[in-house]
Amino acid sequence: MPDFVISALLAGVGVALVAGPLGSFVVWRRMAYFGDTLAHASLLGIALALWLSVTPGVAVFAVSLALAMLLVALQQQRLLATDTLLGILAHSTLATGMIAISIIPGARINLEGLLFGNLLAVTSKEVLTIWVTSLIVATLLSVFWNRLLAITVHEDLAQAEGIPVAGIRALLMLALALVIAIAIKVVGVLLITALMVIPAATARRLSSTPEQMAIAASLTAVLSLCAGLWIAWQWDTPVGPSVVIAAAGLFLLSLVKTQQA
Amino acid sequence: MPAVETAQPLVKIDGISKRIAKRTLLDKVSFSINKGQILTLIGPNGAGKTTLVRCLIGLSQPDSGAVIKAPGLRIGYMPQRLSIDDTLPLTVLRFLQLAEPRRALCLDALEQVDILHLRKRPVQKLSGGETQRMLLARALLRQPNLLVLDEPVQGVDIAGQESLYRLIGQLRDSLGCGVLMVSHDLHLVMAATDEVICLNHHICCQGSPASVSASSEYTALFGVRTALYSHQHDHSHGLDDEVVEAPGRGQGDHA
Repeated sequence: MPDFVISALLAGVGVALVAGPLGSFVVWRRMAYFGDTLAHASLLGIALALWLSVTPGVAVFAVSLALAMLLVALQQQRLLATDTLLGILAHSTLATGMIAISIIPGARINLEGLLFGNLLAVTSKEVLTIWVTSLIVATLLSVFWNRLLAITVHEDLAQAEGIPVAGIRALLMLALALVIAIAIKVVGVLLITALMVIPAATARRLSSTPEQMAIAASLTAVLSLCAGLWIAWQWDTPVGPSVVIAAAGLFLLSLVKTQQA
Repeated sequence: MPAVETAQPLVKIDGISKRIAKRTLLDKVSFSINKGQILTLIGPNGAGKTTLVRCLIGLSQPDSGAVIKAPGLRIGYMPQRLSIDDTLPLTVLRFLQLAEPRRALCLDALEQVDILHLRKRPVQKLSGGETQRMLLARALLRQPNLLVLDEPVQGVDIAGQESLYRLIGQLRDSLGCGVLMVSHDLHLVMAATDEVICLNHHICCQGSPASVSASSEYTALFGVRTALYSHQHDHSHGLDDEVVEAPGRGQGDHA
């Protein structure tokens, strides 16, 4: 196997491992559209990084967090339903990001790579960043696992039992923003939610505890990643979409399996 | 565990008021809850009952007035509703373990509310009454000396409501705790409570179930049709729902 395929595999697996458990929370808390909005906005983060010459990952992370806070503030106004708010934010930030990138003087940006991923071009430094970030997220999730579950089940009850709900919720947003920042390279801003939501949905049919589901989602995401990379290698298809197709295929298989059971 | 002095109320609500978005939800509400007492808060929808409960357990702060808690007070709280997404695989036992990791204590709490046999059931597959019992078990995990139950019989059929109120009474007796219940159901709850507070932003009337249901304020809020349901069974129901004459006729045999 050529070096760039090994790098791609390492980077992809690093993201897929945490996409599983985090995706489970996204599914349990019905945050799929929220995750999508943060992902779309990350294009704005990349534009910002190019304008200010800072590391893209840092800018994406900052924009995601700012957007999450903006959304919480807007929700408290109760002017519009949350899905409408998300629709406005997702697409206006995506559009702003596209325009900002297109008018940067002299920049040669692979826009398709940003939108759909560019895993085969991953550098060894990026692989390292992905693994460090992924380990930080995995540590956060496992240390706060029970508290995250408790606020997912019932926020008021958790608060009454002494869990700092706002803090734990913020932690989940932080983890989500971190994973989005590292997942752009793998599947691109438009497909990040797919990498989190589809493996978790597949895992639901195979698990009877939250922990089983998180681990099964992790393994399913890794399997989708490897299968997608193989598809891309065999038929010269774009990697990001191939990974998503593989994840969707596994989900269909899990449907067949439960029909038989 | 530190004992709460009997003379002192468990919680003293001292003239609390709360306004949200220019609407007065609570207007100078004062009362107290004592050890071993079952106190029921009734009132129409939107009367501020849940707001009052939230102030009591510290989920929100009153604008003025104070909630004075006895030292060593441990509140077991049962929320009004539980909606857990179907995608979350969670058994009854695991639901309790979110609050208390020690398995033995969780099993014990399930035993106390008679649903030990449901411990491996997914929470989404429980009936209304079973869900309420599971929530009650979770409240018991904190070894409470005050139980705060927001609409404890919500979504439960009539027979289930009676047995749930009976269970709450038994728990009060065995734990010696105080109980604050919120209800908009007027009939059954009257028979299960020591004192009733009728709330419509302010306290309209207060006292024993009999005196409250006879008061004009109560009839003004709820109408005459909802007069006191005094619980005196002179029969019980057999398995095929036939009426079986009970030996102690007219004694109120559910105590």
